[in-house]
Amino acid sequence: MQITKYILGAVTAASFAGGAFAQTEIQWWHAMGGANGERVDRIAAGFNESQSDYIVTPSYKGNYTETMTAAVAAFRAGEQPDIVQVFEVGTATMMAAKGAVYPISELMADSGTPFDQSVYLPAVVSYYQTSDGDLLSMPFNSSTPVLWYNKDAFAKAGIENPPETWDELNAAAQALLDSGMSCGYSFGWQSWVLIENYGAWHNIPMGTEENGFAGLNTRFTFNNDAVVNRLQSIADSQESGIFKYGGRRGDSLSLFTSGECGMWMNSSAYYGSMVEQAEFEFGQTMLPLDTDVADAPQNSIIGGATLWVLRGKPEANYPGVAQFMNYLSSSEVQAWWHQETGYVPITTAASDLSREQGFYDENPGTDTAIAQLSLNAPTANSRGVRFGSFVQMRDIINEEMEALWAGDVTAREAMDTAVERGNALLVKFENANN
Amino acid sequence: MLKRVHFGPSILPFLLVAPQIAVTLVFFMWPAGQALYQSMLVEDMFGLSTEFVWMDNFKELFNDRYYLGAFKRTAFFSFLVAGLAMSTALLLAAMVDRIVKGVFAYRTMLIWPYAVAPVIAGALWVFMFDPTLGIFAYALNTVGYDWNHKLNGGEAMFLVIAAATWKQIAYNFLFFVAAIQSIPKPLIEAAAIDGAGPLKRFWTIIFPLITPTMFFLLVVNIVYAFFDTFGIIHAITQGGPAKATEILVYKVWYDGAVAIDLGSSAAQSVILMAIVIVMTVVQFRYIERKVEY
Repeated sequence: MQITKYILGAVTAASFAGGAFAQTEIQWWHAMGGANGERVDRIAAGFNESQSDYIVTPSYKGNYTETMTAAVAAFRAGEQPDIVQVFEVGTATMMAAKGAVYPISELMADSGTPFDQSVYLPAVVSYYQTSDGDLLSMPFNSSTPVLWYNKDAFAKAGIENPPETWDELNAAAQALLDSGMSCGYSFGWQSWVLIENYGAWHNIPMGTEENGFAGLNTRFTFNNDAVVNRLQSIADSQESGIFKYGGRRGDSLSLFTSGECGMWMNSSAYYGSMVEQAEFEFGQTMLPLDTDVADAPQNSIIGGATLWVLRGKPEANYPGVAQFMNYLSSSEVQAWWHQETGYVPITTAASDLSREQGFYDENPGTDTAIAQLSLNAPTANSRGVRFGSFVQMRDIINEEMEALWAGDVTAREAMDTAVERGNALLVKFENANN
Repeated sequence: MLKRVHFGPSILPFLLVAPQIAVTLVFFMWPAGQALYQSMLVEDMFGLSTEFVWMDNFKELFNDRYYLGAFKRTAFFSFLVAGLAMSTALLLAAMVDRIVKGVFAYRTMLIWPYAVAPVIAGALWVFMFDPTLGIFAYALNTVGYDWNHKLNGGEAMFLVIAAATWKQIAYNFLFFVAAIQSIPKPLIEAAAIDGAGPLKRFWTIIFPLITPTMFFLLVVNIVYAFFDTFGIIHAITQGGPAKATEILVYKVWYDGAVAIDLGSSAAQSVILMAIVIVMTVVQFRYIERKVEY
C-alpha cells in the first residue's frame, strides 16, 4: 500500500533527521500492544516527518485500564502525558474531570487550527460530544459489534442467507445443530453487545437523562421488558445448545474459530484475528433485529478508544497536539488504519477513500460496521452511553449475566440486581463530582 | 563481688540500628500511615477534589454485602489452601524420607513448582482447564462432565484453590524435608528397635518434633493465601464468575486500580493490615505456647 511505503520511508528519514531541530516533544500514552502498537508508532513517525516543530513520542502503557490508571496517577504527580488513549467506558469519568482534560473543540479553537466537525462520522463522534455538540476527545480506534458467521457451516446446514432477526438467528442456530454442530452461537463483551447496543439498535434507552448525556443525575433503566425477555430466551436456549457462553471480552473467540459455534456476536475489530485464526470462510453481517421490540433497526453504537488531551503541559505543546489531531484525521492515515485493523474510519472521506481503493470489493463484509453505525441519524438512545464508574458497571453486568447463564437467577432478577447495584455507583459518582 | 561494667553514653547503638529503623519507617510506617490517611478521604480520580470523611469509607464497607461476601470467601479459601498445601507437603515429605533410591530426583521434582511465578502457574492451569481448548476439560467432557469454570463458581473456586495449593506444596515440602532430616536418627532407631512401626514412629516422634516448623509454615501459608495468591486468581478467573473467587486482596486491587476508588481501596487495605496483625499476635501468643521446641 502506498501509505505504508510512505510511512516506512518517513521512519527512516526521521531517524536520520532526529535531533537536528529544537523540537517540542509531545507524549502520547496508548494501550495498543503487538501489531497495532507498531501501527501507532508508524502514525507518530509519519507525523514527525510531515513537519519539523514537534515530535510525537508514543509509549505503550498496558491495557486500557492500565493506561488510564497510569495517566491518572501521572496527573496526580504532575507528570502527565499530552495525549492519552482512553476507552469509551472511561468517557464520563474523563469528562467529569474538568480541570484535567482539554476538550478537542476548545483546543482547536485556542490554537486556531481549522476544524470542521461535520467531516466526522456522526455515529462515531456523537459518543464523545457534549450535549451542545462540542467534541471532547478525538476518536482513534472505534469498532461496533457485528454478527460473524461461518460460511462453510452455513452451506453445510443449507442456510442460504445470514439471519437478520433474532427468530432467524435461532432458526439458523437450530439448523446448524441439526447439521451436526454442537453450538449455534456465542458472543463476547456481553454488556456492550446485548445491553448497550441492543438498546441503541432498537432505539430504547439504557438509562435516564439521554443515557447520561444530559446530566450526572442519570439512572439505569435497562431492566425493561425487551432486554429481560431477550436475555431469558437466550438463557433458555442454552439447554439445546443453540447458545453457549464462552467468557468475558473476546474469550469466546476460540468457540467460533475452532468451528464449535457457527455464529458469534462481537466487535468488527476481530477481523485481523479472524483472518489469522479461522480455517474456514467467514462473513460478517448486521446484528439481529428483535421484531417484538422494533420494526426496523436504528443504528449501533461504537466501542474502542479516543485520545484525550490533558491540561497542565507547557502552552507551547498544544498547537502541536492540535496539528497532530488534524494529521490523524486525514483520509490517508484513517483509511490505512481502517484497512489494516478492522477499526472503523472516523471520517466519511476515509471510508470513501477505502471504497475507491477497492478494499470493500476485495474484502466483502468489511463495510458492515460502517453501514451499521450510519444506518440512521443517531437518536438520544443510540448516540452512545455516558455513565460514571462505567468500568465497574460493565463488570457488574458481567457478573449478573453470568449468574443468569449459570441458571442461578432469572433474567428479571439479574437485570433488577444489576440496575440496583449500578444506580448505587451512579449516586456515588454524582456526589463525588458535584 | 563481680565488677560492674559501665558503658558510657554512646551514640553507636543508635547508629547501628538506624539503617533498620530508617528502612522500616520509609518502607513500612510511611506507606501504612498514608493508607490510613487515604482511607478517610473521598476523592475523584484525578485528585482535583478531596473531602475528609472520617470513617465513612469503613462504614460503607461493612454495609456492603459484597464486601462481607469477600470476607467469608477469603476465610474459606485461605483455610483450604493452607490446610491442603501443608498436609499434602507433609505426606510427601514423610514418604520421601523413606525412599532409599533416587531421593534427589524426587526432591527436585517436588520442589520445582516453587520456581514458577504465580502468574505463570495461573496461566498453566488456565490452559489445562480451558472449557474449549483445555486438555483436562476435554477429558472431563469425555466422561460426561461438562466443565465450565467461566460460568460455574464452584468449579472456579476449585481451580484457584488447586493452583494456589499446587504452588505452595513445593515450599512447604522443602521445610518439612529439612525438619524431618534434622531429627536425630538415634531417636527413630531406638523406637524402631522397641518395635514401633513407621506410622507410630511418625506420630509419636517425628510429628511432635517438627511442630515448630509447622507453626512457622502455618503463619507463612496463611499470609500466602491472603496476599500472594493474587497473581493466580488474576490469571485464572479475575475474581469471577460473579465474584465467586474474589478474595479480599483481589477486591483491594480492583477497587483501587480498576475502579480508582482510592478511599475505599485504602480502607480495605487498612482492614487487611489489621487482620494480619491480629492473626499474627494470636498465633504467637496462643498457638506458639503449645509448640514444643
